[in-house]
Amino acid sequence: MKKILRESEHLVRLALLAAILVVAFLAIRKAVVPAGFGRYGHYRAPALDDIRARPISFAGHEACEACHDEQAKAKSQGKHAQVSCEACHGPLAAHADDPDAHKAVKPDPATLCMRCHAADSAKPKSFPQVAGDHAGGESCGGCHNPHSPAM
Amino acid sequence: MDMNRRELLVGVGKFIILSGSARAALNGDTETYNMAEHWWGMTIDVSKCIGCGNCVRACAAENGVPKGYFRTWVERYQVNGGDMEHPRVDSPDGGFNGFPPRGPSNAKSFFVPKLCNHCADSPCVQSCPVGATFDSPDGVVLVDEKYCVGCRYCIQACPYGCRYLHPTKHTADKCTLCYHRITKGLTTACCEACPTGARKLADLKNPADPVHEFLRDNNVQILKPQMATRAKVYYKDLDGAVR
Repeated sequence: MKKILRESEHLVRLALLAAILVVAFLAIRKAVVPAGFGRYGHYRAPALDDIRARPISFAGHEACEACHDEQAKAKSQGKHAQVSCEACHGPLAAHADDPDAHKAVKPDPATLCMRCHAADSAKPKSFPQVAGDHAGGESCGGCHNPHSPAM
Repeated sequence: MDMNRRELLVGVGKFIILSGSARAALNGDTETYNMAEHWWGMTIDVSKCIGCGNCVRACAAENGVPKGYFRTWVERYQVNGGDMEHPRVDSPDGGFNGFPPRGPSNAKSFFVPKLCNHCADSPCVQSCPVGATFDSPDGVVLVDEKYCVGCRYCIQACPYGCRYLHPTKHTADKCTLCYHRITKGLTTACCEACPTGARKLADLKNPADPVHEFLRDNNVQILKPQMATRAKVYYKDLDGAVR
C-alpha cells in the first residue's frame, strides 16, 4: 500500500495542481464576467433594463388628449386629425407629468406651417403645398386654424 | 354649467381612466412587458414622406443625439431621365431643418427616411468582438454602453451606415427603436412626430398589428436585400434607385 502511494505521489500533486487551476479559473471568471452575461445570448442581459430605463421626452397624444379634450376634438374633425400633438408642439412629457412646473411653449406658426407645406417637387403631388404669393403677406394663422386648417 | 349627475359621474370616470392610463404609459409598467410576445420592426410609406424633418428632430430630442450625428435621417432623391445608377441625393444636416425647396422639374424626386433596419441577421452584431451590441429577444439591435470598447468594427460592418461613435461617450451609438418607449406601450419618437403617418412602428408578432395588411397589400421592399441581413424596416413604393 505504502509503495502504491509513494509511486503515485506525482499523480496526486498533478491532481492538486489541476484542482487549484480549476478553482482559480472559476474565481477569475466570476470576477471578470459581468452579471447576467449569456442569459439571452452573448451579451449582458441587464443592458436591456439600462436601455429601458432611459427617460421619455414625448408623452404621446393619448396623454395630451386626457386634459386637452377641446383641442383634441377640434383636431379630430379637421385635416390634421392624424397629426399628433407633439409633432408641432414638441416633446412635452415633462409637461404631462407636471403641468404646473413645465409650461408648454406655443410654437411659431410661420416656421411651423412651412416646414411641412412649403412647395417641393419631391413631395407627394397630393400633399397640399404653398408656393409664391399664396397668402399675399398675410400670416398663416390669419386664415387657418392649425388644429383644423380648412377655411 | 349644465350637467346632470349621470354626465358628471361618466365624466369623472373617464378622467380617472384616461389620466391613469396616461400615467401608467409614462411611468412604464415594465413588469407586464414580455419580450417573447414581440418582434419589432417598422414600416415606411415612401409616398407619404414630405421631408419635413420632424422625425430627425424628434429622435434628437428624445434620445439626446449629438449635433451632426443621426440615428434617423431623411434623404432627398432625384433621378434624371431614368439614370437609376446615378441618382442625385442630398440630405442637408440629415434633414434636421427640412430641405431647401426645389422647384418643379422633370426629374423624378422623392424623400426616403432612413434608420437602423434592426436586422434579424445583423452584420454589426456578428462583428462585435466583446458582445456589446446584440439582438434583443424582441428583435431590436441595441448597444450596451457599459460594455462597448469603441473599436468601431460595427460601424464599418453596418451596410446601411446607421451607426456612429458617440463623440463624448466614445462608444458605438445607434437607433434603439426607442426601446425605452416601445416596451412601455408607446410608439417611437419619430413615429409619434411624423405628421403624415409615413412611419409606423410594427410588432410582427402581434396578429392585430396593421403591419400584416401593409405587407400583404403593398409593393414592399427592404434596403439592400442582397446583403441577406433580414432587415425589418419595410419600405412601401421604394424606388429602385434608392441605395
